Amino acid sequence: MAGEKWGMVIDVDKCIGCQACVVACQAENNIPINTEDLYNQRRAVQWIRIERYWEGEFPDVKARFIPVLCQHCSDAPCEPVCPVFATYHNPEGLNVQVYNRCIGTRFCANNCPYHVRFFNFWEPSWPESLKNQLNPDVTVRSRGIMEKCTFCIQRIRRSTRDAKAEGRGVEDGARELNPACVNACPTDTLFFGDLNDPDSKVARMSAEETGEHGRGYHMLEELGTEPNVLYLKKVDKNAKEASHA
Amino acid sequence: MQEHVQLDQKQINKELLNGVLQMPKWWPGATAVVLVIFIVGLCAFGYMLNKGVGVTGLNRPVYWGFFMVNFVFWIGISHAGIMISAILRLTQAEWRRPVTRAAEVLTVFSLMAALMAAPLVHVGRPWRADLWVFPYDFARGVWINIRSPFIWDPSAVMTYLTASTLFVLVALLPDLAIIRDRSKGFTRVAYSVMCLGWRGTPRQWKLQAVAGILLSALVLPVFVSVHSIVSWDFAVQIGPEAWHSTIFAPYFIIGAIHSGVSAVATVMVLMVWLWGWKNYITPDHLDAIGRLLIIVATTWFFFFFLEWVFALYSLEAPELAMRDLQVFQWPWSGLFVLFLLTAFFIPVPMWLFRNLRRSLWAMFISTILVNVGMWLERFLIIIPGTMRRGHMIFDWGSYHPSLIEILMVAMTFAWVILGMLLFSKVFPLIPLFDIKEAMVGRDEIKVGRKTVPASIRE
Repeated sequence: MAGEKWGMVIDVDKCIGCQACVVACQAENNIPINTEDLYNQRRAVQWIRIERYWEGEFPDVKARFIPVLCQHCSDAPCEPVCPVFATYHNPEGLNVQVYNRCIGTRFCANNCPYHVRFFNFWEPSWPESLKNQLNPDVTVRSRGIMEKCTFCIQRIRRSTRDAKAEGRGVEDGARELNPACVNACPTDTLFFGDLNDPDSKVARMSAEETGEHGRGYHMLEELGTEPNVLYLKKVDKNAKEASHA
Repeated sequence: MQEHVQLDQKQINKELLNGVLQMPKWWPGATAVVLVIFIVGLCAFGYMLNKGVGVTGLNRPVYWGFFMVNFVFWIGISHAGIMISAILRLTQAEWRRPVTRAAEVLTVFSLMAALMAAPLVHVGRPWRADLWVFPYDFARGVWINIRSPFIWDPSAVMTYLTASTLFVLVALLPDLAIIRDRSKGFTRVAYSVMCLGWRGTPRQWKLQAVAGILLSALVLPVFVSVHSIVSWDFAVQIGPEAWHSTIFAPYFIIGAIHSGVSAVATVMVLMVWLWGWKNYITPDHLDAIGRLLIIVATTWFFFFFLEWVFALYSLEAPELAMRDLQVFQWPWSGLFVLFLLTAFFIPVPMWLFRNLRRSLWAMFISTILVNVGMWLERFLIIIPGTMRRGHMIFDWGSYHPSLIEILMVAMTFAWVILGMLLFSKVFPLIPLFDIKEAMVGRDEIKVGRKTVPASIRE
């Protein structure tokens, strides 16, 4: 058995930019509340974010959305530059951040072409009323260290452990396995699973879509980071006419 | 070519020890001012330790700011020492003699400032610096990822710091003995200990000379390694645009020499003004360093030009966007023009004129300008780079340094000046023995009707 290689498929065609994934991630992973102040400082933490691009000229203008999260690159630029191994690649294909090792050089964040690594500029804080809502399975990160999307590793750990205890395999696409963003997506934009399991949904989708006529692409593919997140591009009915015009 | 004033030994001792054995009038005031700036910077650092890196202007994606600029700047200045004392010593350039020690001391303190600027205040958890800056467990490999340039950095800087400190100490021994002989009481005891029993025996002189030459030769690899490694902090990265370039290492090295040698020239002028050592640092010396600077500056400019050619050759959109930001967007455009003028187009034409090369004021202003320009150069590489004018235009960044950052930058400058001032109070900034050696080397004796050099250099 080759072991798992967790991966994600994001069908950009389905994304409506509702930001449910962002909120779900925020709640699941004990991310402090991004206040207006933090946005103005450009220090908001969003392990997954919806990038919105405007296309066309007014009045014929379209909003385009693309969810961006840690691509869990197989050849991750963030990993070799960390002086203390705070970020490394684990055997399951995840790019992992070890909070206790991190010293906050921000080298990894600088070298990440996707800008998905976040630095804790301040000590995290929550209003008193929300403290009981913190997820006990997730570390609260102190100031001065980096954090980023983990593919909800706490959920992966719990579901694989439970499955092992019950003597079964992990069910592909099970809610307890999926990261919070995948569960929260109302339009089935996000898919999560084991890329090494040929029967899993993500493996089948990436096999289908990376062919010649597929819609699959990796973000900033030319950098050679070999991401484990596959994007399926938007089906634009007007694209052909636009290019002729 | 050069006019030499022959001075007798007594006069040399008296004049060069005027900063140590007497108190120059301006010294207490100047020291107090830089000490205050340094302490204010320390307070700013304390505030940042207490509140977090949030008190700086850093954000996402501009994760590296003023501290990194300063780090590269001080490492650049530190190249003065090795250029002056190792390269010029090995090439037997006579004019280096009065400036070797000042250059080495400048190196030592600017390396400390560099260590202060990057690993200590830049990171999120400075209290863990012992784990990677001073790695105690290299052998076990538990903490250290030797693939990271941030491990190469401290190694290179520490090597350089050790070598420069040894340089300074070895060259100090004969001078310390002179001070010992001219002081009383506790001072005498202190200098006796520091000069390690220097008696000036032939054997001691020989060992001292051999140690100096060995150190010069052994430290040569540092000449290329330190700033190459600093440049690789940037060149290994594929995230920010315009950094992933193979030209970075030589480009940074020659830039470092440009700023370092200029800083030495500034210090030379200051030594004449503050201590009145005009018999030792003559227009000839400034002339020589000015001519050296023309070559260094022009080589640097050539590398700067190459870096732009390599960058623009690919015509990649993010690269072009970043270059557009550097050159055409306010305020970067203004800084860019200022950088070009100060780093090259004002000083180099000035140095082309013999009269200006030999003028204290002209050399002072031109070399200060060079270092303004070289600071801006690092700023213009690092900040527009981290602003990530890449494909993900949703995430383009901006950066404004905070007051705390500016205070801490001022702290590193104050530290270097403070260090130089304190050093000058305890040790002579011009090596006495080296000057005397030069005088002896120039002694002439009459043989019959002819005048010939009294000694032959091997």
